[in-house]
Amino acid sequence: MELANIEKLLEKYENGETTLTEEKELKNYFLSDNVAPHLVEYKALFNYFSTSKNERFTKTIQLKSQKQNWKWLTVAASLILLVSVYTGYQKHQQNKAEKVFNETKMALNMLSGNLHKGTVAIGELQEFETTKNKIFKQFK
Amino acid sequence: MKQSDFLNTVMPFKDKIFRLAKRLLVSTEEAEDATQELFFKLWKNKEKLNEYKSIEAFAMTMTKNYCFDRLKSKQASNLTLVHSNYTEKGASLQKRVELNDSVSLVEKLIDKLPEQQKLIIQLRDIEQYEFEEIAEMLQIKQTAIRVSLSRARKTIREQLIKQHQYGIS
Repeated sequence: MELANIEKLLEKYENGETTLTEEKELKNYFLSDNVAPHLVEYKALFNYFSTSKNERFTKTIQLKSQKQNWKWLTVAASLILLVSVYTGYQKHQQNKAEKVFNETKMALNMLSGNLHKGTVAIGELQEFETTKNKIFKQFK
Repeated sequence: MKQSDFLNTVMPFKDKIFRLAKRLLVSTEEAEDATQELFFKLWKNKEKLNEYKSIEAFAMTMTKNYCFDRLKSKQASNLTLVHSNYTEKGASLQKRVELNDSVSLVEKLIDKLPEQQKLIIQLRDIEQYEFEEIAEMLQIKQTAIRVSLSRARKTIREQLIKQHQYGIS
């Protein structure tokens, strides 16, 4: 393409007045090997434009965010906490009940022991009563 | 909308979203994260997508807003290191190597532009969208786009010529 035309297009380009097709023309000119020496600094510009358009997003897109996973993790953690608190509470209750049971058992044992003492004494008394009755009956 | 339909509508512009995010956020990792996050957001709003005239334009608008938010929160949370408080005497070897690598120089020049101009250069000169589409994406008037674009192109050209002459002399 003739130089005058390119210069005219460049001026339009710098005023933001070129169309996309005109910009393509400019690009083609500056990517070719025969650029006029006084316009050589534009080469880098248009080169950069076309190379940077080749940059690609290489990672795969995940539609499930990692935040979602965190949400589930918190739910799981709170569940575990709840269960462990519950079982701990149960265990505690059980221990408490066992302790109370042991105490009552001891108390009852003591009571029964003492009662037993009483029955022995009553037995003796009974013996005393029967002999007394025997003796007093004879006198009647 | 099923997953396969969604992917079919969304896949053609995934690279464009990534490149736009990278233009604004600069780092590749950040841009990848942003792209991932944006697709997830689109997927969550899949029922509403059909209401938009162009899903691609809507996605680009979302990308722009998302990246601006990220930049804002980054600026709020970190102090950025700016090496503008010292000047180097004479170009170091490193710098001269960079100057020769004029393609990456263009990248740096674009990076120095204001956000809005960066966006417009990306959408017009790299992705080659029509002014009408850009106006829809950025929700500004076409004339404003032309003005910004012209400013950005002129700035880049001036800087390029300056660097070019500097390289020769």
